Amino acid sequence: MSAITAAEKIARDHQDHLDQLDVLESESIHIFREVAGELERPVLLFSGGKDSIVMLHLARKAFWPAPVPFPVMHVDTGHNFDEVIEYRDRTVDELGLRLVVASVQEAIDSGRVRERPDGTRNPLQTVPLLDAIVDNKFDAVFGGGRRDEEKARAKERVFSLRDEFGAWDPRRQRPELWDLYNGRHRPGEHLRIFPLSNWTELDVWRYLQREDVSLPSIYFAHDRDVFLRDGMWLTAGAWGGPQGDEVIERRRIRYRTVGDMSCTGAVDSDASTCDEVIAEVGSSRLTERGATRADDRMSEAAMEDRKREGYF
Amino acid sequence: MGDLLRLATAGSVDDGKSTLVGRLLYDTKSVLADQLAAVDRVSRERGLTGPDLALLTDGLRAEREQGITIDVAYRYFSTPTRSFILADTPGHVQYTRNMVTGASTAELAVVLVDARNGVVEQTRRHATVAALLGVPHVALAVNKMDLVDFDEAVFDSIAKEFEAYAVGLGIRDVVAVPLSALDGDNVVERSLRMPWYSGPTFLEHLEAVPVFVNPGDEALRFPVQYVIRPQSAEYPDYRGYAGHVASGVAKVGDQVVVQPAGRVTTITGIDTFDGPLDEALPGRSVTLRLADDVDISRGDLLSAADDAAEVTQDLKGTVCWLAEQTVSVRSRVLVKSGTRTVRALVQSFNERLDIDSLDIVPHVEPFALNEIGSVTLRLAEPLPIDDYRTHRHSGAFLIIDEADGTTLAAGMVLALDELRTARCL
Repeated sequence: MSAITAAEKIARDHQDHLDQLDVLESESIHIFREVAGELERPVLLFSGGKDSIVMLHLARKAFWPAPVPFPVMHVDTGHNFDEVIEYRDRTVDELGLRLVVASVQEAIDSGRVRERPDGTRNPLQTVPLLDAIVDNKFDAVFGGGRRDEEKARAKERVFSLRDEFGAWDPRRQRPELWDLYNGRHRPGEHLRIFPLSNWTELDVWRYLQREDVSLPSIYFAHDRDVFLRDGMWLTAGAWGGPQGDEVIERRRIRYRTVGDMSCTGAVDSDASTCDEVIAEVGSSRLTERGATRADDRMSEAAMEDRKREGYF
Repeated sequence: MGDLLRLATAGSVDDGKSTLVGRLLYDTKSVLADQLAAVDRVSRERGLTGPDLALLTDGLRAEREQGITIDVAYRYFSTPTRSFILADTPGHVQYTRNMVTGASTAELAVVLVDARNGVVEQTRRHATVAALLGVPHVALAVNKMDLVDFDEAVFDSIAKEFEAYAVGLGIRDVVAVPLSALDGDNVVERSLRMPWYSGPTFLEHLEAVPVFVNPGDEALRFPVQYVIRPQSAEYPDYRGYAGHVASGVAKVGDQVVVQPAGRVTTITGIDTFDGPLDEALPGRSVTLRLADDVDISRGDLLSAADDAAEVTQDLKGTVCWLAEQTVSVRSRVLVKSGTRTVRALVQSFNERLDIDSLDIVPHVEPFALNEIGSVTLRLAEPLPIDDYRTHRHSGAFLIIDEADGTTLAAGMVLALDELRTARCL
């Protein structure tokens, strides 16, 4: 499981202070345990993306040798990468977890949400997510959001209070002091919990490397048929591309984030190992979201608006 | 791999706080091309000639429209030797709440002054909040040195006045740096315009501040978060107490007392997913196994048997009121400390720190948002709690509204006049 050699482990255990990743890991484990101790029905959002993979790894560590004491949930847009769904199912199986799937396709089929003209399904995830929270009576939802990702997220709490509409009101958020988290809420309200709040993209990669956690293959360089839309390389597919004069090209790319196929762009890359990805991320001149998320480019306050509506 | 420093900034818009934070992010290359492009675009739209680095730290649209900062925003930057988590808090008088929040986890507080104005009321207020929250290091950024012709005498006089004040408050370590955030002088790059200054640049100082307090000096505190009982074929009888080391060091073989009950037992094992440990340092999340089959649950505190926390039902502390809601004497509230939450009655409001004059004044009315003062609570059951001056984690508590869960106040077990005593020294 672990890539840490015996010698490194001894060195780590006998150091006189914790390094940055140790501190972040312990802080996240503390958060997982607070939620399991104080809330009735938590659930962990698990998409097969790297942040949710780190979260699940931390949750396993938090409760070992007992199993993870809550289910995982995937909000499935229907525009998935096969490699990621395969990873999700294999992981759930290996760890004996219960998987709840909140399906955007089902919400479209039943008329709860309507397909957008541009075919993008990322904003459509909010309704099935909130439906699943209500149906399953979840009172705490672990998400992989990080404060370094985006401006509105920089002000997000670790315990983020949502009203019965799932909405986030920046003015109603509770101050968080010391390591004292307040999970109390009224019936109908729930909490979004962000155990990775203080991690950066580079921390996530360094941690995945240190812990030798496997990832879906699309995170590493591979050849793929893609086409250019709004300055991003998108995977060609039945979800709606290419269209018009968009042309398919075969390029060597990798994904920095994993989301809905229709709005998750790939970056040109030769990075085929964690080490190479870390070198690439370290020298990148674009933020993760700026490079690869069409939904965040829509307006300067795109994330703020979606969060207010109950998005992750 | 480097270590991690948590710092908090305070200062008003006019002191150039956003520019200093923007400069730290920009000069440590923590600003990426798309963020910078957005700043360039907005700066041009506003008719500025160069990028306004203060825009890098702008947050929500609601704030931009109103030109205010409504909350603590967290920023991340790193150098080859250290990573930084910066709690960026607004410095206006009405936002004491945010300063207190940012300072609660900070090991270093950045206080900004405008070199033209020197130490003003707000500077003293920021230093007082840092001292109250027990922030061990304070860095004074004497900004806008370009507007006083980089005059050494101006800097010296401000630094001396502030240091005397801060030391009087009981702040252990104060360092002043002359800088110009706008031009970048002495922020990351050494200024060529202040040859008389031989101290560290601002970033050099942030990199050099020790984050590691000798944990052997402190007594063990381990709030139990969760009892781990797999009841599996592999671990049929396993029973471990999950938590994190709030202070001191947990060692196998150490005697601990289970508080508030008082039973003494011994640590027989320290478990992690990656294998057992002989000892666990402060901040580390682990699972402890104990010698005796004691009845322990979430909310209990494991303390060093020879240096335990005080167990009390009468709690007097200094609080910062964080909510619009107030409560009156005889109101029922919840008090949360460590992992334990108990019911409590508000007995009395005692005195208040006047945040403008910094005098301690008698006060018997309910506290309003942003007020700092002393309160006495009667607890429904005994609570183990420490002196905040010696235990920053186990000496802190929250007051919570029982009905809607609002965090009403942040509290510390310390007397307000400790601050006054310190100031008179």
